[in-house]
Amino acid sequence: MCLGIPGEVVEIHPEQPDLAKVNVSGVKRLINIGLLSDDPPKPGEWVLIHVGFALSKIDEAEAAAAMAFLEGIGQAYEDEIAALRGSLIE
Amino acid sequence: MTAGSGWIDEALREHDHSQRPENPAGRPSLPVTDREQQVLDRIDRARRRHPRVREERITMSHGAGGKATHTLIEAVFLDAFRNPLLEPLEDAAELRVPVPGAVPGVAARLALTTDSYVVSPLFFPGGNIGDLAVNGTVNDLSVSGATPLYLTAGFILEEGFPVADLTRVAASMREAAAAAGVHIVTGDTKVVQRGKADGCYVNTAGVGVISRDASFGVAYARPGDAIIVSGPIGDHGITIMLARGELDIEADVVSDTAPLNGLIAALLDAVPGVRAMRDATRGGVATILNEIARAADVGVLVSEDAIPVRDEVRGACELLGIDPMYVACEGRMVAVVPGEDADAAVRALRGHPLGAEAAVIGHVLADQPGIVRLKTSFGGTRIVDLLVGDPLPRIC
Amino acid sequence: MRFVDEFRDADKAHALAAKIAALCEPGRSYKFMEVCGGHTHTIYKHGLEDYLPEAITLVHGPGCPVCVIPMGRVDDAMHLASRPDVIMTSFGDMMRVPGSQGSFFDAKAAGTDIRMVYSPLDSLKIARQNPDRQVVFMAIGFETTAPSTAMTMLRAFSEGLTNFSVFCNHVTIIPAIKAILDSPDLRLDGFIGPGHVSTVIGCRPYEFIARDYRKPVVVAGFEPLDILQSIYMLMLQLSSGRSEIENQYSRVVPWDGNVVALKAIGETMELRPYFEWRGLGFISHSALRVREKYAAMDAERLFSVPGVRVADPKACQCGEVLKGVLKPWECKVFGTACTPETPIGTCMVSPEGACAAYYNYGRMNRNRVAEAVVQAARP
Repeated sequence: MCLGIPGEVVEIHPEQPDLAKVNVSGVKRLINIGLLSDDPPKPGEWVLIHVGFALSKIDEAEAAAAMAFLEGIGQAYEDEIAALRGSLIE
Repeated sequence: MTAGSGWIDEALREHDHSQRPENPAGRPSLPVTDREQQVLDRIDRARRRHPRVREERITMSHGAGGKATHTLIEAVFLDAFRNPLLEPLEDAAELRVPVPGAVPGVAARLALTTDSYVVSPLFFPGGNIGDLAVNGTVNDLSVSGATPLYLTAGFILEEGFPVADLTRVAASMREAAAAAGVHIVTGDTKVVQRGKADGCYVNTAGVGVISRDASFGVAYARPGDAIIVSGPIGDHGITIMLARGELDIEADVVSDTAPLNGLIAALLDAVPGVRAMRDATRGGVATILNEIARAADVGVLVSEDAIPVRDEVRGACELLGIDPMYVACEGRMVAVVPGEDADAAVRALRGHPLGAEAAVIGHVLADQPGIVRLKTSFGGTRIVDLLVGDPLPRIC
Repeated sequence: MRFVDEFRDADKAHALAAKIAALCEPGRSYKFMEVCGGHTHTIYKHGLEDYLPEAITLVHGPGCPVCVIPMGRVDDAMHLASRPDVIMTSFGDMMRVPGSQGSFFDAKAAGTDIRMVYSPLDSLKIARQNPDRQVVFMAIGFETTAPSTAMTMLRAFSEGLTNFSVFCNHVTIIPAIKAILDSPDLRLDGFIGPGHVSTVIGCRPYEFIARDYRKPVVVAGFEPLDILQSIYMLMLQLSSGRSEIENQYSRVVPWDGNVVALKAIGETMELRPYFEWRGLGFISHSALRVREKYAAMDAERLFSVPGVRVADPKACQCGEVLKGVLKPWECKVFGTACTPETPIGTCMVSPEGACAAYYNYGRMNRNRVAEAVVQAARP
């Protein structure tokens, strides 16, 4: 029910602009983008899909920032473990 | 309301009884993890109890291949027909038929199986009901270690069903039989009034001869064994669901329906010590893993990363909130082989076109018998239970 | 799969787990509630608890819209479905919810025309294809789903459809959270905030939690790394004595929510004075009903429903599980009389219900990774 899945907008329906075709890992479906009418998505942009509607656009910059944080944590962790191992050699 | 709600009171009584301290002097309350373990043990006992069908009417769940199906089979059919040949509940029954005039003690070993096909729609990308009927029966015989020989074909046709469609189905069955090297030698036709059968239902029975010495069965699985799947899972079920057209989803998926006798022969030639084989139809791979755990009373641990799934199947499953492990295949097998033979088995499967993406997905353990666990890509572990309900009705 | 796979990475999980464990004060235990059923589902589906130290407990909240539907409303829906002129349409997870006379699934087996849909728009399609029948859509869900129902109603209105109506059971999240906060049984250290509800309502509505109750809230995404990172952010807040609202799911959740969605809800629906929640009792201004202007699409007004209040079966302890007071396995009938095939209560029926999640995914001996990770890091 909370199920929301990211999908890439492939094309806007030529006759019905509140419908768009999205691609989720190779699977395509028409969804309603009426809830994003203030800032409609364009082909190539990603949206969050819930029961046949796009609820929100996925902000790629924020996603990249989230990833960068997680990668940073990962790197810091690796550095720490390496440092720890280094100090055990003695 | 489900029948006989007296079992609720029974369960409550059992709960209260288990809460009473054994030692009248009282014992200090157990730490949380031990209390949780007690509950888990109680649940395990409840699950192993004699199956009973609680519903008064058949529901679609009874046809899904999961818990309800198993309970129905055990509580109604096994109960009514009980005999040692039926008990193993494998995909085919193994028969010994005395050969008159032969040396006493020599018997022909045969495998016998039956299946019904109610797939909707009848025609879908990758095949039709006819292909499923032939391949499904060939596969049930093959995974029992038999060489499939002869099939029957019974048709229940709906008044108004186009003869052209029936001809197409029959032609597909001819081609599928030829590809599998079997013959359809007898059959039956019935017609029912409009509305009483969805176009066309097919029933088949198949017989094959078992010439290899070994016996196969999920009950033979033991700790250390490797579990192998012959290729990507979920293709058929997702194809059918999309072909129904209700979901407005397009994807490049086709049914994986195929005869597996050649693939299985290649496997058995390379690894005669195979313990069990199953074809993954209704209920998917998850159902087979649970059958292994239950029948052999062993634990099973598989790794999400190791299970091959096509991207589109994964996408469709994520979109719909379904787990690919429960989605039906029609041309995939699961094999349980001794651990040391795993590499040889995978090599043998990959050498055959239908097994190009075969992979070891997990192992049988002594730990936590009866339970199937999955190590997720994320690194955590969870249970994979038998399917409840029916996310994808009438897929085969 | 983009925006999914990278948030399921095991190596990053290990790193986060170590950081979380390192923030635990010796001798102190922590309790966080994940409000949203979708989060409960993710936690169990990916075995996320394996990455948490013993000191941290996750308490499952009432954010499962199927779970909070009282039996009386299910009976009302069944009553609607049983009308020969009605085609009842519903999401899959409603199909097995038990009313006092069985579930949609049982009714379907007995011949009632009940159809599963993925989207309310599918329901509209069925209405167009069956002009001589009345199509009722069983509308459930929090603010996440209400906009979709609203947009569908607006569409039906503009098309002049006269055979489509909605049985509205949408509920709102803030009153539920407030009921939890005011509950004497519970001591929580913070909240893993609802993810998709927040795409609609934004993050401001949670400000009262930090301001008045001094509890931190982190709005979290639905991939396992999202949740793990949110727990890390909660721990950081606690260790520095902060209680703020933070948005971990910023790639999807706008701080101000979705105005178009809120307007659509406002146009078609209004708050009910009160509504009964399973386990939480009557809560004022916690649910939505169809506005007067759209009365022709309100199934409750078009058809009469019994509206009888039905008490939960005596054995059912869903209420306590929904409030987080009991863990699923602590319920007396969990796993024995109450199982996914034979559910007594809603927590076992919905895929987002805590009991269903635990029964289907979590029912085994825990293999804690976090401790091992921290141990391995010590000299």
